[in-house]
Amino acid sequence: MLLISCPNCGPRDETEFHYGGQAHIAYPENPNELRDREWAEYLFYRENTKGTFAERWVHSTGCRQWFNMLRDTVSYDIHSIYAMGQQRPDLQADKPGEFSQTGEFGQEPGLAPGAATTSTGAATTAPTSSEGV
Amino acid sequence: MSADHLPEHPDFLWRNPDPKKSYDAVIVGGGGHGLATAYYLAKNHGMTNIAILEKGWLAGGNMARNTTIIRSNYLWDESAAIYEHALKLWEILPEELEYDFLFSQRGVMNLAHTLGDVRESVRRVGANRLNGVDAEWLDPQQVKELCPILNISDNIRYPVMGATYQPRAGIAKHDHVAWAFARKCDELGVDIIQNCEVTGFIKDGNRVTGVKTTRGTINTEKVGLCAAGHSSVLAEMAGFRLPIQSHPLQALVSELHEPVHPTVVMSNHVHVYVSQAHKGELVMGAGVDSYNGYGQRGSFHVIEEQMAAAVELFPIFARAHVLRTWGGIVDTTLDASPIVGLSPVENMFVNCGWGTGGFKGTPAAGLTFAHTIATGAPHKLNKPFALERFETGALIDEHGAAAVAH
Ligand SMILES: Cc1cc2nc3c(=O)[nH]c(=O)nc-3n(C[C@H](O)[C@H](O)[C@H](O)COP(=O)(O)OP(=O)(O)OC[C@H]3O[C@@H](n4cnc5c(N)ncnc54)[C@H](O)[C@@H]3O)c2cc1C
Ligand SMILES: [Zn+2]
Repeated sequence: MLLISCPNCGPRDETEFHYGGQAHIAYPENPNELRDREWAEYLFYRENTKGTFAERWVHSTGCRQWFNMLRDTVSYDIHSIYAMGQQRPDLQADKPGEFSQTGEFGQEPGLAPGAATTSTGAATTAPTSSEGV
Repeated sequence: MSADHLPEHPDFLWRNPDPKKSYDAVIVGGGGHGLATAYYLAKNHGMTNIAILEKGWLAGGNMARNTTIIRSNYLWDESAAIYEHALKLWEILPEELEYDFLFSQRGVMNLAHTLGDVRESVRRVGANRLNGVDAEWLDPQQVKELCPILNISDNIRYPVMGATYQPRAGIAKHDHVAWAFARKCDELGVDIIQNCEVTGFIKDGNRVTGVKTTRGTINTEKVGLCAAGHSSVLAEMAGFRLPIQSHPLQALVSELHEPVHPTVVMSNHVHVYVSQAHKGELVMGAGVDSYNGYGQRGSFHVIEEQMAAAVELFPIFARAHVLRTWGGIVDTTLDASPIVGLSPVENMFVNCGWGTGGFKGTPAAGLTFAHTIATGAPHKLNKPFALERFETGALIDEHGAAAVAH
């Protein structure tokens, strides 16, 4: 079971939360102008990243607030928790001079300052705002 | 015991060839679907200069991890057609493959626990019959007669209000199914290449001409993707997207018990399904873990909840123990139906999205996908399952309607 640090309530069991899939999908700006292909993309196509994935969760049986999370979809480690409306943190940003590598011998990406480290309950970045989806 | 006393090592069922420089077709993924596709390519279309490339060991993915439920009682015409065709193939495959993989038509029951369930079930029984799929509606007493260990009293939270029953449904030994296909593929000249991960594709414009692998580059006329949980990863390498989300799906077995459970029982509402394997283990599963995952493991509360549901329905299981739990990676679509057909890349074909229920579809997936690869056009059974349906809106929505999961 994942231990998820709700930005409002602190570390809680996964069973208190619901999953909301990929984060940062905006409603189409001009829905009337979309063609079928674009509607299909909006409705049915989501990233299915193997690796660090930006996703949404809601603390359904707690504060009932949504938030974003960067989680590794292979190890299930939680790298960062951040507010709705906030941009996806750059996990590599605080490793100056280091090569960003991926693949078998790649380095684990570094963590953004203040980001949670693992699913085992480190503190999370406090949300700075809680505006829209 | 000295080595002289050990029995002889059984015959190997397939060779382990090195990859050739080029093939007429390459199948990516050596699970059930990859094996069945290669088998039908060779048998029905005479394409024997082909290879299956598997990154791990043969059938070590979902094929090794599924709970082997085979049924065809899906709601919609398109689904009933392809799953019923699969079931008819299951009925003849042991003889055709000359391998008894213990296909046991012990029936599958889908329980109803609410008025909504009852209505949906009765409707599905009607739809199934119109599509030539054997289906019956059972009242609680008939449920009890068929499966005496089921608790049909009203002392549980969601009493059993009846069930649909498909007598021809059942289970089979998944590993033996894979080995049966592998042996025939090998006999027909197909190269089964294990420990060979596809890491990229070579394209000439929009046409695929080869695959890059951990065992070198292989030229090929055609590529068929049968990578289940990793389909999106491969599609991305090839430069297109799939409407797939990969999730962990878990299952568990108990220790061995005397035969107590004569059929297969699925409950969508309290969310567990149970059968008893030939050797005697109780085999259980439920739904996927909610989050996207490639880890071949999930969260324990999912296991805990399905056991609670099982004990409520089968009080006799209260003293059984969990021996082993495991997980696979399933490729889910938003309409809970598979994608079998052409891809946006020329000469590349996709078979994916079977999600939590593709074991039962193995023979039909293989048959129709082989047809699609060989002729460049879908078979009539997989035509509705094209990728385009997400654009045209002609979805085949089997959520809930198909007695769902597995
Ligand atoms: C716990 C569980 C229970 C299930 N229960 C049922 C059930 O009761 N009934 C039912 O009908 N279905 C069930 N399913 C679903 C079923 O197992 C799958 O739909 C089906 O096995 C998928 O087809 P496959 O056998 O080809 O997949 P897999 O066996 O997963 O084959 C895909 C193969 O592709 C390989 N691969 C991936 N990437 C690459 C690469 N880059 N290069 C080379 N090879 C690669 C993988 O290693 C893997 O071996 C269940 C699944 C799980 C996990
Ligand atoms: Zn909270």
